[in-house]
Amino acid sequence: MRPFALDHAASTAEALQFLDDGATAIAGGTNLVDLMKLQIATPERLVSLRRSGLGDIAQDGEGLRIGALVTNADCAADMQVRENWPLLAKAILAGASPQLRNRATTGGNLCQRTRCGYFYDTSQACNKRDPGSGCAAREGFNRIHAVLGTSDACIATYPGDMAVAMLALEAVVLTQGPSGEREIPIAQFHLPPGDDPARDNVLEAGELITAVRLPAPTGGVQIYRKVRDRASYAFALVSVAVDLTMNEGRIARCALAFGSLGTVPWRDPAVEQVLIGEAPSSALFAKAAEVLLKDAQGFGANDFKIPLAARALAATLNDATRTGKA
Amino acid sequence: MVSSTAMAVVNGVANPLPADPRRTLLEWLREDLGLTGTKKGCDHGQCGACTVLVEGRRINSCLSLAQLHDGDEIETIEAIGTPDKLAPLQRAFVTHDGFQCGYCTPGQICSAKALMQELADGWASAQTEDLTARPSPTPEELRERMSGNICRCGAYSNIIAALEEVIAADADHQGTVA
Amino acid sequence: MRLPLADMYNTPDERNLLDTMKQGVIGKPLDRPEGPLKVSGTATYSAEWKIDGFVEGVLVLAGIPQGTVKTIHRDPVLAMPGVLAVLADEAMVRRSVQGTAGKAPVQDVHTVDYFAQPVALVVAETFEQARDAALALKVDYDDAQVPVAFDPESPDAEVEQPSDEEPVVGGDLDQAMREAAFSIDVEYHTPGHASAAMEPHATIAYWEDDHLILRGSYQMLAYNVKEIADCLSMPAKKVRIIAPYVGGGFGSKLGITHEAVAAAIAAKALDRPVRVVMTRQQVFQTVMRRSETRQRVRLATDAAGKIIGLGHEAHVSNLPGEDFAEPVTQATEFLYGGENRLLKVEVARICRMTAGSVRAPGEAVGMQVLEAAMDELAEAVGIDPVELRKRNLPGKVPVEGTPYSSRMLVEALEQGAAQFGWDKRKPAPCQTREGDWWIGMGVASAARVNMLTLAEARVTLKADGTALVESDQTDIGTGTYAILGQIAGEMLGLPISQVKVVLGDTSLPPGAGSGGSFGAISTGSAVMRACEAIREKLAKHMESDADELEIRDGMASFDGRERSLVELLDGKDIAEVGSIKPGKTLKDFSQASYGAFFAEVAVHAFTGEVRVRRMTGAFGFGRVLNAKTARSQCLGGMVWGIGSALTEELAFDTRDGHLVNHDLAEYHVPVHADVPALEVILLEERDAAASPLQAKGVGELGICGAAGAIANAVRNACGVRVRSFPLTLDKVLPHLPDPFASAA
Repeated sequence: MRPFALDHAASTAEALQFLDDGATAIAGGTNLVDLMKLQIATPERLVSLRRSGLGDIAQDGEGLRIGALVTNADCAADMQVRENWPLLAKAILAGASPQLRNRATTGGNLCQRTRCGYFYDTSQACNKRDPGSGCAAREGFNRIHAVLGTSDACIATYPGDMAVAMLALEAVVLTQGPSGEREIPIAQFHLPPGDDPARDNVLEAGELITAVRLPAPTGGVQIYRKVRDRASYAFALVSVAVDLTMNEGRIARCALAFGSLGTVPWRDPAVEQVLIGEAPSSALFAKAAEVLLKDAQGFGANDFKIPLAARALAATLNDATRTGKA
Repeated sequence: MVSSTAMAVVNGVANPLPADPRRTLLEWLREDLGLTGTKKGCDHGQCGACTVLVEGRRINSCLSLAQLHDGDEIETIEAIGTPDKLAPLQRAFVTHDGFQCGYCTPGQICSAKALMQELADGWASAQTEDLTARPSPTPEELRERMSGNICRCGAYSNIIAALEEVIAADADHQGTVA
Repeated sequence: MRLPLADMYNTPDERNLLDTMKQGVIGKPLDRPEGPLKVSGTATYSAEWKIDGFVEGVLVLAGIPQGTVKTIHRDPVLAMPGVLAVLADEAMVRRSVQGTAGKAPVQDVHTVDYFAQPVALVVAETFEQARDAALALKVDYDDAQVPVAFDPESPDAEVEQPSDEEPVVGGDLDQAMREAAFSIDVEYHTPGHASAAMEPHATIAYWEDDHLILRGSYQMLAYNVKEIADCLSMPAKKVRIIAPYVGGGFGSKLGITHEAVAAAIAAKALDRPVRVVMTRQQVFQTVMRRSETRQRVRLATDAAGKIIGLGHEAHVSNLPGEDFAEPVTQATEFLYGGENRLLKVEVARICRMTAGSVRAPGEAVGMQVLEAAMDELAEAVGIDPVELRKRNLPGKVPVEGTPYSSRMLVEALEQGAAQFGWDKRKPAPCQTREGDWWIGMGVASAARVNMLTLAEARVTLKADGTALVESDQTDIGTGTYAILGQIAGEMLGLPISQVKVVLGDTSLPPGAGSGGSFGAISTGSAVMRACEAIREKLAKHMESDADELEIRDGMASFDGRERSLVELLDGKDIAEVGSIKPGKTLKDFSQASYGAFFAEVAVHAFTGEVRVRRMTGAFGFGRVLNAKTARSQCLGGMVWGIGSALTEELAFDTRDGHLVNHDLAEYHVPVHADVPALEVILLEERDAAASPLQAKGVGELGICGAAGAIANAVRNACGVRVRSFPLTLDKVLPHLPDPFASAA
């Protein structure tokens, strides 16, 4: 870690003031401190959000408003989340470890950076860490990398679970910043790498996530299927979040999101359109997968993610459409 | 800046937090307070050896800046029990040989203690079928809930046996035995 | 017969002394005496000693794969807060010392042999200052002009026959393959592995006049003092290492490595104690790797499934100049019959960090492949894989003709099969589906060579009737404190509470060290012999013969007379140093520990994820010294087997040889959720050729073949035979049957 100054914001307003002055926000620190030790992140000034008053979960109409500082553990333990948005609780519980979930926060988790081994190694070229240096992953060991949404500059995935569930649940990211408040649909929050992979999301300088709003519960069958090498405490190779409602043997409504498949949490309405109104069958699931993966591109070691995603999708849809085995 | 009065209570004793904001909770406990029972295994939240309890909840102390703990109550392995007066959880680890080299052990035990509280609070895990029901401490549940603590010696099944014994005793006696 | 007490072990000691003693503590599942310290966080590991005034060193790693250091830009770093020194000494080591080397490895960090090799040490007042300064240090290099290979399969890689591993050649394998009723000829791959002991390598070094003291995390202290001394060109007797607790080793701490030498040099330069703890990433990048292997296995049988030909050829790698070559075929030499055979290992010279011993070098990867190939052979022959193994156990070691000292393999296979419920296995694959999961069972033999090595220990029977056992032997989690106390307690007739064991200090007699599963039997034998010498003296006091002297709970009895030890000692301690040296028994007998693994796995029909559902291991390793700690060693080995089978793989970038997954998030050692209930059966056995204790090594046995049983179970579950470990889902997926068509 480089030396830095650490301030403690006593309110959201004070936090915004510090951010406006160029400070970097720290909440749980589970990702930021990790990156700072390796000098992948080198902020000169940090502001702690711990006392900034963003730690509540509250009813919001028919929906729910989850403060940015609510820990992953508290969010997954919240009885409203468990009853009405179980997909979110399941995705959170599939991630990291109990210790990390006790510290990691809702806002911080949305801003989690990639696990690309070249991003994490300062001896290697990485456009996300060091713009213009190149992408060593493309021709390197890229087993965990993205097959959708990649660019010449970057093929790294967004590695988290929580945001994938939020994407299927159509959450909205609430922010405050120098230019006021914003409501950003989560589908627009994360940015594919394009030619500027250093920028992971749409947050502007000085802008702070204050909360995430979940819309009214869908009442659907909700499954989060995380496929990974270890049985626990490992990042996904591919994950599938589904929220689906059946009606008279047909798929009446369906939201699908994928983790560790694309450079950002991935949702493709065309895939859902294939499914809606149809009776579930292996052929239908295969067709959905075909639409999902039509532009998928592997880079060698991660080629397997393409058939894996198709099969994980089939398994998850098979589960979800067979009643509700949620 | 850390205020001159910034303090955290560690094992019941108030201590001023370190001046260097880079110092993690782990380094502070080990180097400044001499509480070396909390171990550094990876320093990046990838092994669980540094697990301590903050306000009763388990965290990786390696990824938490010490200055962010102003006013917190922190419990480390040293407060759970001493060699002469082991807590039931520690005793069960000895009886079941729930360790070999011993390096991950304090983290496993702190984690296990917090796990029991999480079960009591009805928290679900990735193994829990019904998210809204009270979780039952099946071996699968315990393994999932302990998965943030790596043991390279491979004492896992003995650790789970120790934990099962203590949880069963706790259920029998309705007391806090950890 | 009276055996000389400090002599080579040339003749099997058939007296079976430990069974004739009366205390009844040997073999008992006693708790570890140091347990209360470990569970309360009060056992002190290397980095935790309170040494006054120590400062912190952090290693700086090379950002190139090969070349020489041109310029180290010291000044900007020396100007940073708290920085005391930037050291790049010729005595600092480029590579790790191989186990039992007892001498310096390749030194001088001005040359870079592999990516991320340490090239300097930055020392500062605090850890945070040193870590920042180490990352800030700019080093300029002259890159190597010679083409170097980073991939063991590269045509640029020079391939050699290792100097100390002669091929085993017998009969005509090619002809046997041609004439076989059944045969297989298969190629398997295993990846590199990391030891990944939970305690990172750590040393606090300080000088007292011209004496160097190290609080260091090492496995074999008697060798380690010589290694440090050789690095620093000083006499070994002026080096002392203190390591009462070692947070795991698994081979990675057999020899000293970068941080120890750097700390010693820095402490001298600064005239202050210096602590150097390697980061987890540095441990992965620079200490020691298990070589990846490519293995060709050929097996030929007659019509009855009896092996007539056996080939096992391995391609491994190491840095140029390293003697160590993963001894892949070590157990193949003696395990199964077949006089027509070819066993050999070749080593490719490549630029990756030093390859060396990782838990069970040789057998860990050799056995998992041989045992998977045996499963393929059983299929080819069409007989049960347990039966195939039983049918192929030779009476003497093929080619050499050496007799076996003792071999409990049949018992392990039979008892393991019975306890596991092997009879419920369906021989054809894809027969059992539970929901989305295919279920299957697999078996493998376990075998690991037994080694006895030079060791000494001192036992003092104190005038107060308690005993003190002392050696520089380490306990790296293996249970040494427990078993040495039990040996002394049994021999001297003392309850375990009356025996104190002090270890891990080179001011004490040199033990064997912890490695190769030989620590317990070697140092244990030295303890036993010291106790024998004490018994001789007690017998004199008692006017009896030592063999007939009975001692229990501190009371000696002979010929109807009974006296307490305190009385016999009459205010005087008796101290004896016992020793053991390997002798003819090692050559006269083929010595190994044996066992069998039975695994049940589930394979996800859609995704190919593999989970082990249960596993049974049955093991025969001579006398069990402590049933609790021995069982734990077996459990630990089986967990390593699960990792080796399913998740562990060092991923190198073949463009520059750098390790991509150099942390515990991406190098996947098993976690709790990967490990189901494991059963261990300990078989009763006495092996007099192995050691006077009639015990053999157990620390590594549990891994040797375990991954093979899991791979075989995967085949049985879903029909997919993966010949590349680990069996990650990407390798299983393409060959799975249609999950819908095959749904139950």
